Order: sequence, then structure tokens, then C-alpha cells
Amino acid sequence: MQRIRFIALKEFYHIMRDMRSLTIIFLMPIMMTFLFGYAIDMDVNEVILAVADLDRTADSRDLVENLYASTYFTPPDEQVDFKDPEQILRSSKAYAVLIIKPGFSEAMKGGEDYQLGLLVDGSDNNLAAAVQNYTTAAVNRYLINKLPPRMTVPGVRVSYRLMYNPDLESPRFFVPGLVAILLLMISALLTSITIARERETGTMEQLLTAPVKPVEILIGKLMPYTLLAFLDGIIVLVFARFVFSIPFAGSYLLLLGFGFLYVMTALSIGIMISSLVKTQQVAMMLAFVTTMLPSVMLTGFIFAIKNMPVALQVITNIVPAKFFLVVIRGIMLKGAGLDVLAMQGVYLLIFMVILMFIAAKTFRTKVV
Amino acid sequence: MTSPAVHIENLSRHFGQFKAVDNISLTIERGEIFGFLGANGAGKTTAIRMLCGLLKPTSGTGRVAALDIYKQSEQIKKIIGYMSQKFSLYTDLTGLENMQFYGAAYGLSHRDVNDQIGRLSKRLSLEMLLDRRCSTLPIGWRQRLALAVSLLHRPQLLFLDEPTSGVDPVYRRHFWKILYELAEEGVTIFVTTHYMDEAEYCGRISVMHQGRIIELGKPLVIIRKHGRTNLEETFVELISNEDRIRAAN
Repeated sequence: MQRIRFIALKEFYHIMRDMRSLTIIFLMPIMMTFLFGYAIDMDVNEVILAVADLDRTADSRDLVENLYASTYFTPPDEQVDFKDPEQILRSSKAYAVLIIKPGFSEAMKGGEDYQLGLLVDGSDNNLAAAVQNYTTAAVNRYLINKLPPRMTVPGVRVSYRLMYNPDLESPRFFVPGLVAILLLMISALLTSITIARERETGTMEQLLTAPVKPVEILIGKLMPYTLLAFLDGIIVLVFARFVFSIPFAGSYLLLLGFGFLYVMTALSIGIMISSLVKTQQVAMMLAFVTTMLPSVMLTGFIFAIKNMPVALQVITNIVPAKFFLVVIRGIMLKGAGLDVLAMQGVYLLIFMVILMFIAAKTFRTKVV
Repeated sequence: MTSPAVHIENLSRHFGQFKAVDNISLTIERGEIFGFLGANGAGKTTAIRMLCGLLKPTSGTGRVAALDIYKQSEQIKKIIGYMSQKFSLYTDLTGLENMQFYGAAYGLSHRDVNDQIGRLSKRLSLEMLLDRRCSTLPIGWRQRLALAVSLLHRPQLLFLDEPTSGVDPVYRRHFWKILYELAEEGVTIFVTTHYMDEAEYCGRISVMHQGRIIELGKPLVIIRKHGRTNLEETFVELISNEDRIRAAN
């Protein structure tokens, strides 16, 4: 016990005296939270929308006013020619063109089949998707407000209602996911470096000539990183709550439980990597490629899994972060409980048990 | 306690086809200063690593203070001190922190650690460098600190792998003076070195070449046996003879 305590203490000194580790642990979560919260704003504001109002009724004018009243849309600076709507997009005078064909007012009253035409500049994928969603959402909201209850407009195919992120805010989408990414980074990346460093500098050899058990080294080394990983998680949650005003809907205790499974899994990956490689450089590269990259790309953190090719979709199932991402978004945004997250719990538990077993074995055979 | 400090028979360690240590046998008595000589890559470090429990032998038997190197490496670790070629304490910790850490690693009590730190820093004149991070220490001081750490738990045996390489002559002399004192106190010292003048300070030496021990005995006896005047010439002759024999085969 005393040995483990001193190993942990020593490890703590290493971290506190190493600018690189300190940066990763304390600066990174704050930087990333702001980066994903503000800078990487997938929200689209002030999209230039040209509206061709061919209906020319009070209703159609009302709709147009409504659209421009929101911060999402703004009219084009110069007069555009609606004879060739495509030219408007091609010349970048507007990102999207909404065409209100005659009959809109009739449809509002009578409920005939009616469609609004929307032309979107597809050269920017994300922007296009966002504009499409916004327009549909904005039109629907207008219709719902306008129409007497229970009356539906047949022309409006999607009865749109966005759940959980009704205003499609990026921070709500990114920030919870950041907890998943950061826990992984601290746990896998930093632990893989710490063991590789001791091997590279020869201090591991000296340590192993002392009567210290491998398990004592492991536990002692992992303790500071486990604590710091949770600390980082808390930092992000605090920012989420107080800077981005993202409510925490679910149970903190449940999140802590899942966080533990996830961190143990990530630590095991870190140990495995550092047991197999000899230098810090390689450890860092390998940790990055095997944990960070898939966790950002293949988990739904940024890109939706359902939009991926089937082969990639299958691969996402071996990325633990995918399951934790569902958990943290579920708990934070939807207030999900164990009843709906049980499956994720089982997956994470399986990951943890298998990886811990392999990690302990590789550490024993390759390092000791 | 009359068992020898080290007793190995037909010890080998292969890495694939390469025989790093090839069938060596050796007995070292307690309180001896034993010099383990050989060119780079002769297998000295591999041999030491096996004795310290860092590496499992491929074949042969070995005992350190009557403890089996296969089965009792944990007990062996408690009674040996080890200092590797490369400075292998934590450079981002201070001397004091390194000593406290290793004191705990060896399972010494808090009070005992502090006693030992006081005693050893006086003996090795380390007082003024205890509060400095090791990264700022010159190499001679680092080696002194490493020796202090390896002595914390009062080992019966000390394995020193080129402890004085890169260290200035004045300090080397001082270092050897301490080794002599330790030997007089009954500590067995197993030391590898490149410096032939240092080898002459040893009670007995062995010369290792390509994994095998090709000469073993008191330095003066070996020199005379080969009709030479000093150990350096003898060493060079031994190695080139051996190479000639190998080439002939």
C-alpha cells in the first residue's frame, strides 16, 4: 500500500513538472470545449436566402417576413433575377433560393397539396444540410403557429419537431461528446506515454530491481491519471453548464459509474500500447491512431454513424467511445436512465474486462 | 551464512540464435570485489540482468546468496542493490525525492528512510544536492546519488554496471574508496568496468568475450600468467587470441 502510494506520488510529480502533460491535462479540455463550443460552430447563421414570392399574397409575404426575422436567414445584398434561379447560386449571390409558387395562400386555407421549392448550394455539405433543415423547420414552425390546432397542411410532408436540440445548437451536440474524447485522451494517451517513458529512460529497469510487484506499479501509475481524467470530465461539465448553458438532465451518479467503466477501458488500451512499444514517440502515435482518431471519426462525435458506409458502420462497434458517447448524450441531454442505457453498459463492461485482461498480460510479459 | 554470494553454473541466455551469455560458471565469495570485464556486447549486462531477476535465463542454474534466480527473484531483489550503466533515477525529481521514493519501493519505514538518507548523504557528500532536480546535476554527482539509492536498503550484494563511465578520475578514485569501505563491511561487490586501472583494484576478475568467460582469477596472477606487465595488455591479448581461435574454427 505504501509502495502504491509512493508510485502514485512520484507519478504526480512527473505530471506536475512536465509542461507537456500539464498542457494536455489542463489546457486541452478548456481549449477544446471552447473550440467545439464556439469556433467549430456547425450552426449556420445569416445564410443568404433569396425568396421568389410568386404567390404574392398576404400569407406568402408573412412567411417571408417570418423567415428573415430569424437570425438564420438574411436577404441577398443585390437584386437577383429569378428567371434563372441556378445562376443565383452559381454566382454566390445567395446560398439558397426559396420559391413560393402561386397557391400557397390557397393551401393554407384549403389544405391542398402544395410544395415549397428550395434550391440549396450543395457545394458545402454541412451548410446545405443545415439550410435544408432550418428552412423546413422554420416553415413548419410558421405553419404550426399560423394554423388552427389539429389542422394539417397536406403539402407539408414532415411534421417537424426537433427534439433535445430544438434550436440545433452545436455546443449541445459537441460538448457532451468532448467528455468522451477527453477521458480517452488522458487515460489512453498519457498512460501510454508514462510507461514508455520509463522504459525509454531506463528508470523502469531500476524500478524492477526493487521488490515492487508489477500490479503495484500499474495501480500506482494509473491512480493519478484516473483522477485527472475525472477532473477533466468535471471541467468540461462545468463549462457545459455555466458557459454553454447546457442542462444536465440525468443522474450524475449514473454518469460516474459509466465513466468508471469507460476510463478503465481506456487505461487498459494505454497500458497495452506502452507495453508493446519502446519509445514515447511511438506510444503517442499509436495511441493517437488507435484511440483518438477512431473516437473522433467513428463514434458519431462529429459524423453521424448512420450516414457511413456499412463496412465502416460495422467497424464503429469496436470503438468503445461510440457507446460512451450514447451514454453521455443520453444522460446529459435526455436524462436517460439505466433502463435505456443497459445495452451500452453491457458493451462497455465487456470492453473493459477483455482489455484489462489483455493489458495486464502484455504488461507482465513485455515489460516485467 | 557461508553460502557464496553468487554461484552460477552453465548459465546461458539466448536471444533467438544469438547467445548473449553462453554457458558461464562462476562463484563469488561474500565480501569480494569482483570485476566483470569484457568488451562492449560481451554479455556482461545480460549476465547481471539475470542475476538481478530482470531476465530469465535460457538454461543453467544460479543462486544469489543461496536464493534461486528462477524461483526466488523477489527475495533476491530485497538483498541486492543495482546501479545500471545509464543514469536511471528520475531526472525530474530531486535527489531527496528519488531517495524517498526508492526507500518506499524497498519497503523501508518512513523513519528508516530518513535515517538512511541522512547517513548516506553524509557518507557520499550528497547534502548539497538533495534539493536539486537530477536533470541539473553533473554526471559524477548523479552517479554518487545512484550509488546512494542502491545502498538505501542496506544490500548484501551490490551489482554495479559500469558505474564510473564518463566520470572524472578524481571522482572515480573517491568512488572506489567507498566501494572498498563497503567491501570491508561485508558487502559483496560485483562490478563491470571498461577501465583497466579500476579492474586492478578488484580482488578477482573475469574476462568475458562473446558470451563466454575466457579468463578468471586475481588480476596479478592473470597478468603474470600471460607474461605481461599490466592488465590492459593482457586484456587485449586475451581478446585477440580468442578472436584468432574463433576465426580458425
